[in-house]
Amino acid sequence: MGYELMEVHKAGVLEVGPLDCVGMGQGRCIIVDGKQIAVFRMRDGRVFALDNTCPHRAGPLSEGLVGIDYASQLEAVVCPFHNYKFALSDGRGLDTELHVRSYPVEIRDGRIFLCLT
Amino acid sequence: MEQAAVDSGKSKLIVIGNGMAGARTVEEILACGGGAQFEITIFGDEPYGNYNRILLSSVLNGSQDPSEIFLNGLDWYKDNGVELRAGLRVDVIARPHKAIHCDDGNWYPYDKLIIATGSRPAIPPIAALKKPNGDLRPGVFVFRTLDDCEKIAGYAAKCRRAAVIGGGLLGLEAARGLLNHGVEVNVIHLPGHLMEQQLDPQAGGILKSTIEKMGIKVHLKKLTKSVLGDDEVIGLAFEDGQTVECDMVVIATGITPNAEIGSRWGLTTERGIVVDDQLRTSDPDIFAVGECAQHRGRVYGLVAPLWDQARVLAEHITGANPRAAYEGSKLATKLKVMGVELASMGVIAGDGEHEDVVQFMEPQRGVYKKLIIRDGRLAGGILMGEISKAAYLIQAFDRGIRLPEDRLSLLFDTGAPSAQVTFEEMPADVQICNCNGVKKGAIVQCVANGKRSVKSVMDATRAGTGCGSCKSLVKELVEWACKGQVEEDPAAHYYVAGVALSKPELVNAIRAQNLKSVSAVFDALADGRDDPGSKPGLASLLRTIWGADYEDERDARFINDRVHANIQNDGTFSVIPRIYGGVTSAAELRRIADAADKYAARMVKITGGQRIDLLGVKKSDLPAIWRDLGMPSGHAYTKAFRTCKTCVGTEFCRYGVGDSTRLGIAIEKRFQGIESPAKMKLGASGCPRNCAEATVKDLGAVAVENGWQVYVGGAAGAHVRAGDLLATVSTHDEVLRLMGRFMQYYRENARYAERTYTFLDRVGIERLRAILVEDCDGEIARLDREMDATVAAYRDPWQEGTTPIEPNQFGDTLPLQTPTTESAAS
Repeated sequence: MGYELMEVHKAGVLEVGPLDCVGMGQGRCIIVDGKQIAVFRMRDGRVFALDNTCPHRAGPLSEGLVGIDYASQLEAVVCPFHNYKFALSDGRGLDTELHVRSYPVEIRDGRIFLCLT
Repeated sequence: MEQAAVDSGKSKLIVIGNGMAGARTVEEILACGGGAQFEITIFGDEPYGNYNRILLSSVLNGSQDPSEIFLNGLDWYKDNGVELRAGLRVDVIARPHKAIHCDDGNWYPYDKLIIATGSRPAIPPIAALKKPNGDLRPGVFVFRTLDDCEKIAGYAAKCRRAAVIGGGLLGLEAARGLLNHGVEVNVIHLPGHLMEQQLDPQAGGILKSTIEKMGIKVHLKKLTKSVLGDDEVIGLAFEDGQTVECDMVVIATGITPNAEIGSRWGLTTERGIVVDDQLRTSDPDIFAVGECAQHRGRVYGLVAPLWDQARVLAEHITGANPRAAYEGSKLATKLKVMGVELASMGVIAGDGEHEDVVQFMEPQRGVYKKLIIRDGRLAGGILMGEISKAAYLIQAFDRGIRLPEDRLSLLFDTGAPSAQVTFEEMPADVQICNCNGVKKGAIVQCVANGKRSVKSVMDATRAGTGCGSCKSLVKELVEWACKGQVEEDPAAHYYVAGVALSKPELVNAIRAQNLKSVSAVFDALADGRDDPGSKPGLASLLRTIWGADYEDERDARFINDRVHANIQNDGTFSVIPRIYGGVTSAAELRRIADAADKYAARMVKITGGQRIDLLGVKKSDLPAIWRDLGMPSGHAYTKAFRTCKTCVGTEFCRYGVGDSTRLGIAIEKRFQGIESPAKMKLGASGCPRNCAEATVKDLGAVAVENGWQVYVGGAAGAHVRAGDLLATVSTHDEVLRLMGRFMQYYRENARYAERTYTFLDRVGIERLRAILVEDCDGEIARLDREMDATVAAYRDPWQEGTTPIEPNQFGDTLPLQTPTTESAAS
């Protein structure tokens, strides 16, 4: 699966760095061509990526708490500004009509790759 | 029976009685998953499905069609696999054989039996009331069942005058119904005032004049001796020799439990069938519920206790909650009698001692309010004519909530604009939640869309989730919009949403299972689901429980607590160094000024807590600015002790009677960084002029001649509350000791994010004084010890600037190049 993804999106694939450039259970903001993207590393090792900017009041999602939302049972990030919740898998708002863009992520040999197309 | 169990693999459950109690109990049993355990059969002697008896008077007065008040249609029974045998009367309970016999001649075996036979109207001993065969004579009715309603309405059509015997709730409802049929109505009542169960004499008097204005004649203190008239009813005669003319009589003098089936077949029966806290009769396989049951000496004739009993019985019989126990109901009713709104709860007359009675009367407008307050809690009360405070008061009564000191606000909505109008009158676009801009209409719509609990409405609309000061208004609005059908959300009692336990249960589980990290708690108690919003609350609790042994996980912390600074609306941070007691020096100010320049602080602001805030600092600059400042963290970003505001006190002030700056500095040195369920702002004033506003701080000290008053629970933010005086002590050391003791108790007992002002309202100053000053629980020494240990463990978090806890703790954004497959530096 990872390999296929790399092939298909070769031009748009970006290596973020080793897994531990993002703290365990936390997020980190990367900037690509001036655009902020939040990369999240779950405690179980899975990695997700969303646009960093909360569509509500521009809170930095990378600074938010992550985990499995008790209500929806989905992996989620909670915006640090006003607690809006978004699903990490597809960026949909869990308690709001708002949504953020999500990006496919791959981990190969302990490194994080992001697909931007 | 063995054989039955083999048949379907299920036990046989028989319910005798298809009224509200029987049907509700079955609903509750199904809700507990009892459909899989039991084959359920309901026997009912009325030829209908069950109906809502509360709405009976609406049928009588014509405002509701009989078909509209059925609770469950016949489909409901079918859909839920419940067999209904309507129109059958059970005449034998053969307990040795565990079977019942019916008037259809058949025997039906049971494994468990529930008796829900309800009650029947009590018939007073009145001459010429009955025919020789024992039936009521033509023109005399009881008001109880759907059939009664129809008969009364039919007969009223050809009558001019009616008499209702009984001026209680049901009697007045019957009177109103008859009035709508164009009949002249007389209400005959034996006691000295109407509705003596719910009203005191004054309220009863006001109600009497209100309903007399509607054209009803009320006859009090009348014992009816006989019905007059040979064939047709022509009147009633009373014991005092007087009479009243009438063509029909409705009897509404209370209920008699249908308990004979219990006494006849050997169950312990007094007024009702006697049950224990699990609604078990003297036969462990037989239960009784509702108006036929007598629990702890009481037979209830209202629906609320019935709902409680049904739930407990269901939880017990299905094993859903083996500890379920019914401990009696606190009676509170809210109703409308003849258009008069009324709420009554608990005791309605005081005993004149150890209590306050708060009373207001406006007879011409039909308004009466009375509250009986014991130990700061509501023991009972009456609201009539104007009941906008009823929802709050009933809840305060029900849960034993400590009442606010301002008694006037209990009876009247004072001040707040939203409360001066009733919810009915309030326009839909009135903003309820000022933080999130949620309007009344949105909340009402949310309820209309099916949300039935306060928490679910808050989650869906965000109302009340900002500063929280509108929470009680949101709650009342939801209760109003639900028309009393508001559901209790169990999650409202959880310490955090993601772990289904209350704070005491959670603390026990954490201790018992030795859970020392947030992830360990999720693994052990939430199937590994680590709800992000629950993490900070758990972290706070674990730190309080384990102290130095707590296993800190940085991802469980809110961003502010990861980097020890307060995130701002542009993603930068604010830096507030600690300035003990607000006392600084020229050298310190120079360092602050230099740091502000060097790190390009966008604003330098004097805070309300007498400190200096450097705003607009980048996360990656935090370690460097801390180092340059050379001052410890002011903790202006976290749920912890914040600051102690001081005035200059005896050092300079000509009024000063206490050294408030020295005390303030000592307070900050001792309690700096102590984490707590919510932030704690302190103040120390050098004289009762109180320039440091210590009486509106979470904890405050005010110097008086020869000592210090210690106040707790003050607030002047989203909520304004004057602190309560905990004690007056002599020395600075005693102030520190007492403050620390309160803080520790608050840390251990408050809910997450519960400020001291709410905590005080919940626990009460008398209780706190007893524990923290008088040592009634023998806890003082331990609390002091725990606080000493916490103080000793304090470490300035800004030291993490030189020794970060994790590699990217202060790592800013990671700049990367245009997408390529090239690796970028981390």
